[in-house]
Amino acid sequence: MVIEMEFAARTIRLRANEKLTAILGNRMCFAGLTIITLIALMGLLAPLIADDPYKTDLANRLTPPSPDHPFGTDQLGRDLFSRVVYGARVSLLVAITISLISMTLGCLIGAVSGYIGGYLDDIIGRIIDVFLSIPELIFNIALVGILCVSFGASTWNVILAIVITNWVSYARITRGMVLSLKEREFVVSTRAMGASDFWILFKHIIPNAVGPIIVLATLNVGNIIMTIASLGFLGLGIQPPTPEWGQILNSGKNYITTAPWIATFPGLAIMLAVLGFNLLGDGLRDVFEPKSRRMSYG
Amino acid sequence: MDNLLVIEDLHVHFLLNSGRVRAVDGVNLSVKKGETLCLIGESGSGKSVLGLSMLRLLPSNVYINGRIIFDGKNLLELGEEEIRKIRGKKIAWVPQNPATSLNPVLKVGFQVAEPMILHLGLDKTRAWSKVVKLLDFFGIRPAEKRASEYPHQFSGGMRQRVLVAMGTSTNPELIIADEPTKGIDASKKVQVVRLFRRIREEREDVSLLLITHDLPLARVLADRIAVMYCGHVVEVSEAKTFFEEPLHPYSKALLDSLPSRGLKPIKGFSPSMVNPPEGCRFRDRCDFCSSRCEELPPFFDAGQSTVRCWMYA
Repeated sequence: MVIEMEFAARTIRLRANEKLTAILGNRMCFAGLTIITLIALMGLLAPLIADDPYKTDLANRLTPPSPDHPFGTDQLGRDLFSRVVYGARVSLLVAITISLISMTLGCLIGAVSGYIGGYLDDIIGRIIDVFLSIPELIFNIALVGILCVSFGASTWNVILAIVITNWVSYARITRGMVLSLKEREFVVSTRAMGASDFWILFKHIIPNAVGPIIVLATLNVGNIIMTIASLGFLGLGIQPPTPEWGQILNSGKNYITTAPWIATFPGLAIMLAVLGFNLLGDGLRDVFEPKSRRMSYG
Repeated sequence: MDNLLVIEDLHVHFLLNSGRVRAVDGVNLSVKKGETLCLIGESGSGKSVLGLSMLRLLPSNVYINGRIIFDGKNLLELGEEEIRKIRGKKIAWVPQNPATSLNPVLKVGFQVAEPMILHLGLDKTRAWSKVVKLLDFFGIRPAEKRASEYPHQFSGGMRQRVLVAMGTSTNPELIIADEPTKGIDASKKVQVVRLFRRIREEREDVSLLLITHDLPLARVLADRIAVMYCGHVVEVSEAKTFFEEPLHPYSKALLDSLPSRGLKPIKGFSPSMVNPPEGCRFRDRCDFCSSRCEELPPFFDAGQSTVRCWMYA
C-alpha cells in the first residue's frame, strides 16, 4: 500500500513536470531558448560587457574589427560592439512590451466577440478582416508617419503603430478558440451551477486557450523585432542616437563597400534574435499541439 | 407530500429553418419534496430537454410556453440574475457526460468548489476543506491529493462521482441527474445506485429527478415513474405498481422490450418530432389503437396512477 502510494505520488510529480520536460526536450525549443537567453543576458549585462555606446571618437572612425573594438567602429568612431549590445535592450524591451499590450488587447476583444456572438461578433469579425487585408509593414509605415507628424518622433509612436496592426492576430486566434470552446459541455455544466458569463469566460474558457496564445506570442515577438528593425532602417523607427539595430544597419549602408562590418553585425543580431523566437515558437507549438504540426498563425 | 416543483402545460419547441421541432409538447408533471422521480423514455423523447428547461439552459432559438413553478415562482419568468441564484444553489444539474463535462485544464477540487464559491460565498481555503470532505464522502481517496489533480487523471466512474459531488455541494433542494448511467458498464452501475442512495440517506428532504432510459436503475431508485413519449408524458405511476402493472400501451411495450422480459422490440419507429401526428402519438405503433386515438387523450386516473390513454376513459 505504502509502495503503491509512493509510486502514485511519483507519477503525479512527473506529470506536473511533463510539460516543462517536453519543452526543454524539444530541440527547437531548446535552441530557441538558448539564443534568446544569450541575447537577453547580453542586454541585461550590457554595462558590464560593453563601453558607452554614445561615446564618439573621431580619430578612430570606421576602424575594422580589432581586439579593442571586436565589431569595429562606425562613422563617428563609436564602438559597434557596445551599440549592438545595448541595441539588444531596446529591441527586446520594445518588442516584448508591444507583444504584451497587443496580446491583452487582442485576446480580450477576440474573447468577448466570440463569446457574445451575434451582431457584435459580425462587426468585430469584419474589422479583423479589414485589418488583416492591409499589408502589415505598409500599414505600420503609414501609421508611424502620421504619428510622427502629429506628435513628433518618439519610441511610443513605434509601439502604438505596431500595437494597432498587431492586436488582430491575437483577436483572430482567441475568437476562433472561444467560438469552439463555448459549445463544449463543460461550459453548459458550469452555467448550470449558476456561473455568470464573466466567470465562464475568464475562469473556464480562456484557460483552455492559453496554449495557442503563448505560441502565437512567442512567434509574434520575433516578427515585431523584425518590424522595429525595418522601421528603424527606414528612419521611421526609434531615433538616433539611441542604439537600435535597424537604424545602425541603415547608417552602415552608406559605407557598405568601405566598412561592411557596420551593417553586418547589427544584421546578424537581428537575424539571431528573430531566429531564436521563431525556433522557440515552432517548438512550443509542437509541444502544445502535437497534432497540427504546420498550421500557420497570424 | 408537498410539491417542490410543478410543471404546467410546458411546451418547448426548437425553431429551425426546416420547421418546428416539438421536443416537449404540453407536459404536466410535479416533483414532490423528498421523492425520487424517474423520467424514462426512449432517446429523443424530450427527457433531457425537459430537464434543461427547468434551469433555462436551452439555446436561444427555442420557444418555451407554460409554467414551471418552484418556490412559488415561475422559473420561466425569472430574470437572468434570479435564475442564476437558483441554478446550482436550489436546483443542481448533474450532466450526462462525465468525460466532457469537466473542464480539462482546471483542478478537480476547484471545479467541485465552484458552486460553493459562487453561492455560499466561501473563500478558497474554506471551500477547499469542504471539497476534501465531499470527495472523501463519495469515495474519492486520498481526497486531499485527488482534489489537486486534473480530470484526465480520473476514471469515468470517478468523474461521475465528482459531478455528483459538485451537484450536492450546496445542499440543493432538487438534483436533476441526466442519464447518470450513460457510458458506465454494468458492473459499475451498482456504484451509481449506491451513490444516489447515499445522497438520500444523508439528506431526506432532497428531491431527485433522474432522467434515464435505464429501466433497472429506475426500478431500484424511483419512488415514482413518469414515462415520456414524443414530447408527451404518457403515464405517471408509483414505481412499484408501474413495474408490476404498467398501464399505458407504450409502458407495457417498453417493459416487454427488457431482456429479462422477453426482449420484444416495439414495432415501427417513433414519429418525427417536426410534424408529429395529431392525437395520441403512439397510435401507429400501438396494438390497442382505435378510432378514438385520433384525438389526443387527456389524463385519466387509474388507481394510484394517471395515464394518457383512451383505454382508461
